[in-house]
Amino acid sequence: MKQPTPRPDAVPPSRRDFLRAGAAVATITLAPGVTLTAFGGSAEAEADANHRWGLLVDAGKCDPDCSACVSACSQENGWHDTGHPETDAQWIRKVDLTEIATGRELSLPVMCQHCESPPCVDVCPTGASFRRADGIVLVDKHICIGCRYCMMACPFKARSFIHETVPDADKRSFAPRGRGTVESCTLCVHRVDAGRVPACVEACAATGHNAILFGDLNDPESEISKALAQYPSMALRDDLGLDPGVRYAGL
Amino acid sequence: MIRLPHLLALIALPVLLAAAASAGQDRALWPEVPKAIGTPHPEGNEYWRRHHPDLLRHDRDLTLRMGDRTVRASLRQCLVCHAVTGPDARPVAAGDPGGFCAVCHEYAAVSIDCFTCHKATPDARGLRVIEKARAMGNTPETATMIADYLEALQKGTAFAPQPEATE
Amino acid sequence: MERTIYREIGLSRGLAGAAAIVALALLAGLIAVVVIEEGGHIVTGMTNQIVWGTPHIFAIFLIVAASGALNVASIASVFGRSAYKPLSRLSGLLAIALLVGGLAVLVLDLGRADRLIVAMTTYNFSSIFAWNIFLYTGFIVVTALYLFVQMSRGGARRYVPAAGLLAFLWRLALTTGTGSIFGWLVARPAYDAAIMAPLFIAMSFSFGLAVFIIVLVTLSRLGNRPLGLGLVTRLARLLALFVAAVLYFTAVQHLTNLYAQEHAGIEAFILRTGGLYTWLFWGGQVILGGLLPMAMIFGSKNLGIGDAVLASLFVIAGGFAQLYVIIIGGQAYPLEIFPGFVTSSSFQDGVVAAYTPSWSEIALGLGGVGIAAALTLLGVKVLRILPTNLGDANLAAQARVQSA
Repeated sequence: MKQPTPRPDAVPPSRRDFLRAGAAVATITLAPGVTLTAFGGSAEAEADANHRWGLLVDAGKCDPDCSACVSACSQENGWHDTGHPETDAQWIRKVDLTEIATGRELSLPVMCQHCESPPCVDVCPTGASFRRADGIVLVDKHICIGCRYCMMACPFKARSFIHETVPDADKRSFAPRGRGTVESCTLCVHRVDAGRVPACVEACAATGHNAILFGDLNDPESEISKALAQYPSMALRDDLGLDPGVRYAGL
Repeated sequence: MIRLPHLLALIALPVLLAAAASAGQDRALWPEVPKAIGTPHPEGNEYWRRHHPDLLRHDRDLTLRMGDRTVRASLRQCLVCHAVTGPDARPVAAGDPGGFCAVCHEYAAVSIDCFTCHKATPDARGLRVIEKARAMGNTPETATMIADYLEALQKGTAFAPQPEATE
Repeated sequence: MERTIYREIGLSRGLAGAAAIVALALLAGLIAVVVIEEGGHIVTGMTNQIVWGTPHIFAIFLIVAASGALNVASIASVFGRSAYKPLSRLSGLLAIALLVGGLAVLVLDLGRADRLIVAMTTYNFSSIFAWNIFLYTGFIVVTALYLFVQMSRGGARRYVPAAGLLAFLWRLALTTGTGSIFGWLVARPAYDAAIMAPLFIAMSFSFGLAVFIIVLVTLSRLGNRPLGLGLVTRLARLLALFVAAVLYFTAVQHLTNLYAQEHAGIEAFILRTGGLYTWLFWGGQVILGGLLPMAMIFGSKNLGIGDAVLASLFVIAGGFAQLYVIIIGGQAYPLEIFPGFVTSSSFQDGVVAAYTPSWSEIALGLGGVGIAAALTLLGVKVLRILPTNLGDANLAAQARVQSA
């Protein structure tokens, strides 16, 4: 447990360059934070490659009339309907499906699929679109130039471009978002780093549907890994071989 | 990336320091840095005035890319102690005129790109902490309360209850 | 016998008029930039479904045409056709001007155009976009070098063939890169095809030459320079060949897609049921921009300069139609995330996305055209770009001298 205040020992100004060199390392390489911990002040970086965070959506349990996951995400991250459906951001959306051959109807949420090989990361010219060591795909809004190539590349339409200025009151301190950059589901990375589950998962569980499971795909003992081992599931656009971290059952 | 603003800031710094030294007589000419609450930075204000861009940039990459949230320079934390209350008793956005950051940045003519995306005011729970701290005055209990809140922010346990986040 | 002499064009009422029109285009672009920067992309017609809109059509047209405009110079110095040699300088200048115009549109449309410095300093080399930044800026450098050795009087002239070859190879790489922006988008059925690269190269040959013909005729008039019908006819016949190449690659692209059942949806959309997109494909690209100019050029025994200009205008119009179909049509068709299911959502899943270009997008695009035109006019005004005599008799005499 760390003590934020009083602050750690005063860092003499001469260490500034040292700190800046560290920034360069963090920006350029995505190696685990071994070298960074020396002055970053932390025992270990949260995003480590031993974990792979993922979701399992059970379409069989998802209620077509329920959109608790969507409202929870919107509330948590501060995006919402502004009356412009074509330009409003949607980090997560409910999609209603009707199977053409059988007429079977189902409903499920679609969000960023947090691919192992994300096309959005490949195409991003500045490297703003990136994949954390633990599999969470994020946009670094500090260097996003708003070219929208990632939106062209995403097979799931998971990303939104922020077309309008976001009022300060709408912003969440844990989920920065601003005009002219691209955004998408962060898997509630601020919650994950604090050992909690994403807002959509929590909200779904609160309704009693329990249609979304969150956990570590790398841990064979995790609830999600056990469920995946037990029941058939699939990834969206499996043909592309992107290995998404979000899986669907009952499709 | 853009070094020019930093250069300008560095040029402006001695002026600022001189201003601080001769505070009182030239008040109107130099920016008046709003008073903060909580425990002062052990590194001293000069250190933070000079190095905050680098510290923020360094730590933002640690947090965003590595998921390390135990960093020293976190905007969320800055905004708690350095919140400025406007005439309407609401917090002034840090980058807006009169806000903590704007005071010097406007003086040095350096634009701030943080608040195009980051929230420039503390969230609901932070506001309550600030209000309480102001009421309690400058006591050790106040310092502890703020420190606890800052730690909660860092650990990610200080989530604003859902409905008030929009207020 | 007269040599090829290059001279700046003089100030005339015609030039002043042209400059005024160009200034209007620049003003339109400037207003658009202010409006979009001020209001955000909400003021444009672009959405979360149609993420690239009219600015990208203009930008890609200009960029593709830029590399094509350089072909005239390549034909002279790489393929040794000396008849084209007097046009080389204009070819290089126009190539740079068009590229700068196109890049300006692309950059000014960015969500964070103020972060251009980030785009120029932070790279992800697995992105073809990042490579294109080098290909585009490199093209300007290489072409400027090529122009320099052509225009120099001293020993540097002997590097013309080498510079010409480098510029030619570079422009092939550039258009491959531009085509690959689409060709490498695995997620979208309308793109995701290696043929995008050669298709874009063929497009660049065609659009670039069409623009070149119009600019050449216009500047000859403005500068009061004789322009031989034979030269223009020759360029026009070459244009018709390039137009045929574009139609060929387009046919191959669609036939290949038609064979794959998984692409049946997007093909039906573009070729049969897409409404505006279908009309633009058949009426705009194939007929207006393809068959009609080919018929005009190949079908006429005595093609006039006016006919060549008209045919070039048709090619340009067809080019815009083609890019509209590729860029907008390709995005409008819904992504198939759930094969075998009918989908619906509040995020326009499963429906054809609507798009109406806003005036600000068109004005921004015109601003890019204005930048290209302004640079070209400025170039021929202050530099020795345009030959004093492009009459057929003079050119033939020159060719004889050079081959002798």
